[in-house]
Amino acid sequence: MATTAEAPVAPPPRTDERVGRKSPLARFLARPEAGAIAGAIVIYVFFFIIAPPFRNASSFSSVLYVTSTYGLMATPVALLMIGGEFDLSAGVSVTSAALCGSLFSWWFTTNAWVGVLVALGFALLIGFVNGWIVVKTGIPSFLVTLGTFFMLQGINIALTQTITNQVASPDISTLQGFSSARVVFSGSFTIGGVNIRTSVIYWLVFVVIATWILMRTRIGNWIFAVGGHAPSARAVGVPVGRMKIGLFMAVGFMAWFTGMHTLFLFNTIQSSQGVGNEFVYIIAAVVGGCLLTGGYGSAIGAAIGALIFGMVNQGIVYAGWNPDWFQFFVGLLLLGAILLNTYIRRRAEAAI
Amino acid sequence: MSTPQPTPTGKHHAPEPAAAPARAGNGTGAPLVRLVNAGKRYGAVIALQDITMEVGAREVTCVLGDNGAGKSTLIKIIAGLHQPSSGVYEVEGTPVSFSSPREALDHGIATVYQDLAVVPLMPVWRNFFLGNELRKGFRIDIPAMKKMCKDELLAMGIDLRDVDQPIGTLSGGERQCVAISRAVHFGAKVLILDEPTAALGVKQSGVVLKYIIQARERGLGVIFITHNPHHAYPVGDRFLLLNRGSSLGYFEKSQITREELTGLMAGGAELEQLSHELEGEGGTAAEIGRVMEEEVAELGISDHPTTESDNR
Repeated sequence: MATTAEAPVAPPPRTDERVGRKSPLARFLARPEAGAIAGAIVIYVFFFIIAPPFRNASSFSSVLYVTSTYGLMATPVALLMIGGEFDLSAGVSVTSAALCGSLFSWWFTTNAWVGVLVALGFALLIGFVNGWIVVKTGIPSFLVTLGTFFMLQGINIALTQTITNQVASPDISTLQGFSSARVVFSGSFTIGGVNIRTSVIYWLVFVVIATWILMRTRIGNWIFAVGGHAPSARAVGVPVGRMKIGLFMAVGFMAWFTGMHTLFLFNTIQSSQGVGNEFVYIIAAVVGGCLLTGGYGSAIGAAIGALIFGMVNQGIVYAGWNPDWFQFFVGLLLLGAILLNTYIRRRAEAAI
Repeated sequence: MSTPQPTPTGKHHAPEPAAAPARAGNGTGAPLVRLVNAGKRYGAVIALQDITMEVGAREVTCVLGDNGAGKSTLIKIIAGLHQPSSGVYEVEGTPVSFSSPREALDHGIATVYQDLAVVPLMPVWRNFFLGNELRKGFRIDIPAMKKMCKDELLAMGIDLRDVDQPIGTLSGGERQCVAISRAVHFGAKVLILDEPTAALGVKQSGVVLKYIIQARERGLGVIFITHNPHHAYPVGDRFLLLNRGSSLGYFEKSQITREELTGLMAGGAELEQLSHELEGEGGTAAEIGRVMEEEVAELGISDHPTTESDNR
């Protein structure tokens, strides 16, 4: 049929002449996290100029600490979002896990580590139930996790009240195993006179692991696929349901980790805390370049999104502004970052 | 004319299906895929009834039919998405009952759907290996996959600029070809192509037809679903015509000419009736009617009596 056409075909050149050489800048701008990096630099420079205390290494250490508490959760939330789902219960899950561990070991007077393990099981169960309902019913995860969010919030407050007659969990610092658990989950160390919490290191490690999973493993390929177009993924044999449940459980795992960090840092947990943080995690992921519709994004981007949040959170204090304005500025700056992000991504796409 | 007459669209069987001609054997003698009197009901709705067809290695079986003729139901049965409610489905001579597309895939039956089962935002090479990633321990072997993807596409005659570009940026024909070469690469024995040329221009369609031939030359059995007889006839070895869920005829290529196939597909009688109606209208409509009549005469279906009482 095409025998005549085959004769004059030249051997393919080593480098394709149809691809223009992209400048390193254009290649950087094509990455999902490019907008977030640009936004982070703008915000850093902004506070660096207007808030002198912001320039100290120790203040930056506390910026990093605040960032890590958001960033730990923003990482699995970003993976989940790339996988095409939301988890609105992510904020209260942290509190639920911490309360579960703390109340269990206090009530039964066990070693603190027993509570830690019970909390791990409970947090993974929350993730599993969220994922299972979403996968089995096909109801949007926004609604399913909105439901579990309120249920968990109710359990947190009501059970704490019933068990302790208070709005917070009792101090568990006298329990056996508490000090070793504190070293593991809420330790800190000093470098050059600057105190750094281990949660910052954990956060960075988890970001690296998440990025490696996303870009270099089969699971990562499947996460992009189930979020990008689930029917296609299913058609080529990707276990879509198991992937999604796994992602929800990853959020549960990190809720447990973050919860343990908070618990062993403060010895006690306020039963009503955590509400609203789910939005912070989602915003960090979106600012970091994750598409709300799934299938696109990066864990590094979410980390930078969390950093933007941490810088604004601390920067306002260092700038001497009334902290009551915090949320307004957060909203404003995040909106600006998202606009910048979108603008840069459009330009980058045009450059491709 | 010794041509197969189109049977009325009622519950009449085409003459051939009951006695599908015995073919020269391909090794075992059994065709790769065979349906015998297969049917599918969804509750009270009969989507498909009494379909008999087969495809062997190095063969292209074309399934032709208009919208709603039951082509999709037929694919879903062969691809393992549905089980037939009646009749027999055999793979290489053994009756099978697939409970999932994965099982059909394990038997070497791969389907390239109209949506192509690709993830638009993902790079070409990631799409190519999706579900079959090459691995080195826990890691995926990215350089090897990129190279294999590029080579495999080149072998099929697709010269991509960059396998790292999102597959959504390719043209429809290119995407179709990536999906086909992916199925071929991963050891499909039978390739089901669901209207691969439906959304394509003339040139792109030609390219896809070339890949169908190439897949056949590589020893695959191809089931080519289309509503375009001009695409089907050049590449097909046998033709199954569907209308309203039943077989309108099942022909070897030697038993039917392109004109007859086109006539059957167009519904010669309906076309002729339409041309008469248009001529009655006068003006431009009459002109169109005359052209249509010539067309009908050219296709050799003008002697067909217009007894069909169409419901529409």
